[in-house]
Amino acid sequence: MAIESAVDWNAVIADPRFQSLHRRKQRFLTGLMVLSVAYYFLLPIGAAYFQDLYKIRVWGPVNVGLLFALSEFIVAWLIAYYYSRRAGAEFDRMAREIAADHENKGKT
Amino acid sequence: MNTNHRKWMAWGLIGLVPTFCMTALAQGAVTDEYRWLTFTVFAAIIGVTMYVTYLAAKRVKSASDFYTAGGGVTGLQNGWAIAGDYLSAASFLGIAGLISQYGYDGFMYSVGWLVAYITVLLVIAEPCRNIGRYTLPDILAYRNDPRKMRIVGAISVITVSTFYLTAQMVGGGVLVKTLIGIDYEISVIAVGVLMLAYVLFGGMVATTWVQIIKAILLVIASLVLVMLVWLPYGFSLPAFLADVVGDPKVQAKVASLLGDQSAGMSAAELGQRFLEPGLYFKNPIDQISLGMALVFGTAGLPHILMRFFTVPTAQQARKSVVWAMAIIGGFYVLTLFLGFGAAKHVGPAAIAAVDAGGNMAGPLLAQYLGGGANSFLGNFMLAFVSAVAFATIVAVVAGLVLAAASAIAHDLYVGVYHGGDVVPPQQQVRAARVATVIVGATAIMIGIAAKGQNVAHLVALAFAVAASANFPCVLLTLYWRRCNTGGIVAGMIVGTVVAVGLTLVSPNVTYPKAVKAAAQKVLDGQEAKRTALEAALAAGDVHIAGQAKLDLASLEKAVKKAQDDLTKFEGKETSLLGLEKPLFGLKNPGIISIPLGFLAVLLGSLLFRDKRADDMWNELYARQNTGILASKATSH
Repeated sequence: MAIESAVDWNAVIADPRFQSLHRRKQRFLTGLMVLSVAYYFLLPIGAAYFQDLYKIRVWGPVNVGLLFALSEFIVAWLIAYYYSRRAGAEFDRMAREIAADHENKGKT
Repeated sequence: MNTNHRKWMAWGLIGLVPTFCMTALAQGAVTDEYRWLTFTVFAAIIGVTMYVTYLAAKRVKSASDFYTAGGGVTGLQNGWAIAGDYLSAASFLGIAGLISQYGYDGFMYSVGWLVAYITVLLVIAEPCRNIGRYTLPDILAYRNDPRKMRIVGAISVITVSTFYLTAQMVGGGVLVKTLIGIDYEISVIAVGVLMLAYVLFGGMVATTWVQIIKAILLVIASLVLVMLVWLPYGFSLPAFLADVVGDPKVQAKVASLLGDQSAGMSAAELGQRFLEPGLYFKNPIDQISLGMALVFGTAGLPHILMRFFTVPTAQQARKSVVWAMAIIGGFYVLTLFLGFGAAKHVGPAAIAAVDAGGNMAGPLLAQYLGGGANSFLGNFMLAFVSAVAFATIVAVVAGLVLAAASAIAHDLYVGVYHGGDVVPPQQQVRAARVATVIVGATAIMIGIAAKGQNVAHLVALAFAVAASANFPCVLLTLYWRRCNTGGIVAGMIVGTVVAVGLTLVSPNVTYPKAVKAAAQKVLDGQEAKRTALEAALAAGDVHIAGQAKLDLASLEKAVKKAQDDLTKFEGKETSLLGLEKPLFGLKNPGIISIPLGFLAVLLGSLLFRDKRADDMWNELYARQNTGILASKATSH
C-alpha cells in the first residue's frame, strides 16, 4: 500500500472541485434512486388496491395495468440512459481532472 | 498439475458427460425417436464452450486471471456476461411459466428483476470497481478491520451462494429430467462436472465466455419463438392478446383459478381476467416484501458484484450495467409473448400436466411452433430450447461456484489464514482451484441430497439475505462516514439471522399437520369431482371433453400426491422447528429483515469506535468517487 499513500487524500477531499462533484452526484443519485424505487412499488401497490383502474381497457384487450407494467421497463431504461449520459458528460470529466492533478502531485 | 495433464483431464471430463447421459434414459418431454437430436445440440453447445475453456485455460496464470479475468473484459462483453449470470432457469422458464398459468401477475413479477439493476447502476457498480479487487469482503475490508470483514463477509457470501446454488442444482436436475428423461442424480452430476470443468481450468475467463455464449443463445432462441408467435398477428399487440383472451383453454384456466367467483362471468370476461392482476399474488404485503428483496438484493449478490471487478474502469462498469439492463429487460419483454403464446397454443392445463410449476411453457411452445410432437422441426426446436436451458443452469452455477470459491480461497485462506503475508501467485491460484473443487463437489452432494425437496423459495431467500445483510453493509461503508467494523459485523449477523430465521417459521416450511389436512380434503372431495368430470366427458362437446380429460389427469395426480403425503407425514405433527403452523405470515422476510439490517449497521457503528474506519474514510470516499489509482489497485 506504499504507492497509495503518495496521494494526499485529505487534499483531494478538501479540493473545491471534489466538493462540487460530491454535491452534484449526491443530489442527482438520491433523486433518481427515490424516483425509480417509488415508481417500481407503485405497480404492486396499484395492483392490490386500485384493481378497477388497472382493468380499464384502452387498446383492444390491452388495459391500464398492462401498459403500466410495460412502462416500468421504459422508465428503467430511461433512468439508466439519463444517468449514464450525465455521468459520461459531467461526472467523468470532473473526476478525471481531480484524479490527474492529485496523482501527479503524489509523484513529485 | 502441468498443462498436459490439465488438457487430458479436461477432455476426460467432457467425455464423461454424454456417456452418463446416454446410460440413464427414462421418459421425458422429448420422445425416444428424436432424443439423438437433443444430444447432438447438447454436444455442440458443450463442444463450443469446452473449446473456449481450453483457450481460456492458457490465459489463467495469476489469482487476478482466475478471479477477475485479469480485469480485461470490456463493458459490452461484461453486460452480456451479467445477463448470462443473472438469467437463471427460474427467469428463462419460470417467468414464462408463471405468465402461461396466471397471466398478468407473472409479467408483473418479472419487472422487479430488471428494476433491481437501477440500484446496481446508481450506487454500487462504479464505487465497487474503484475500490475493490476480487470479492465482496475486499470492499468491506478497505476501511474496516480486514480480518473480521473477511470472516463475516465470507460467511455471508457462502450463505447466499449456497442457497442460490441449491435452488439451481435441484431445479436444474428436475428440469433436465423432465425435458429429456435423464435420471435426476445423473443430471445433477452432469451439471456439476461441466461447471467444474469450466471454472477449474478456465477460471473467470472461461466463466465469462460461457455466460456470454449462453446469454446470446437465450436471446436468439427467445427472439425466434417470439417472431413465430407474433408474426401471424402482423406484430400487433392488441390482435395477439385478443386471440389469447379469446382462447377457451385460457378461459377454462381462469375459471378454475377463480373457483366459485367465476360463476356468472361470460367467456369473454373470463379471458379478459387473464390480463388483470390478482390471479397469483394474493397478499400485497408479501409481494412488496419480495420486491424489496429483489430491488436491493441484486446489488448484494456476490456473483453479480464480482463481475464488476472484471472490467478495467468505472466507466466500463457503468457501460456493462446499461448493456445488461437492455438485454435483461428486452428478454423479459420477450417472455411476455412466450408466456401468453404458450397459454394460447399449448394451453395452461397441458403445460401444468407436464410440470405443475408451468416451467415447460417455453419448451412446449417451441415444440408446437416447430410443427408439434411428431415433426422433425418441432423436436429440433424443443431440443434447442432444452439445450439452452441446460447451458443456462451451467452458466449460472459456474458464476456462483466461482464467487463461493473466491470467498474461501481469497478471503479465508489468503486473507485470514495467511493474514496479510505475501502468498506467491501460484499458491493463490492453487488455493482457488482447490476451493472450486470443494464447492463444486459440495454443490453436487447438496443437489442429490435435496432431491424431491421444494427449493423454489431458496432463490427468494438468497435475495433476502443479500438485501438484508450484504446490501446495507456495502452501501453504508461506501457512503456513510461513521460506518465502521462494529456496524458491519452487526449488520451481517442481524440481516442474515433475521432473514433466515423468519423464513424458517414462515409458510415456506412444510407443516405436516396442515399438509395432512389438505390431503384429507382432496381425498374427501375426489368422488364428487370425478363424477362431474366423467359427466363432462360423456357430454360429447370436443372442447369440454378435452378439458375434462386434462382435469381428470390432474385430479388423479392430486389424489396420488395426497395419499403419498398422508403416508409420508404419518405420525408427524410439527415442522422442522417444532411448529404446528407458521409464526410469521409472510413468505418473504424482506420487509422486516432489510430495515433491521440497516438498523443494525447504524447502531453497531454508533456503539463502537474504530479509528481505522475513521482514518480511511477520506481515502475511500475520494477513491470511490474519482477512481484515483483504480488501475493500480488491480495490479498488486
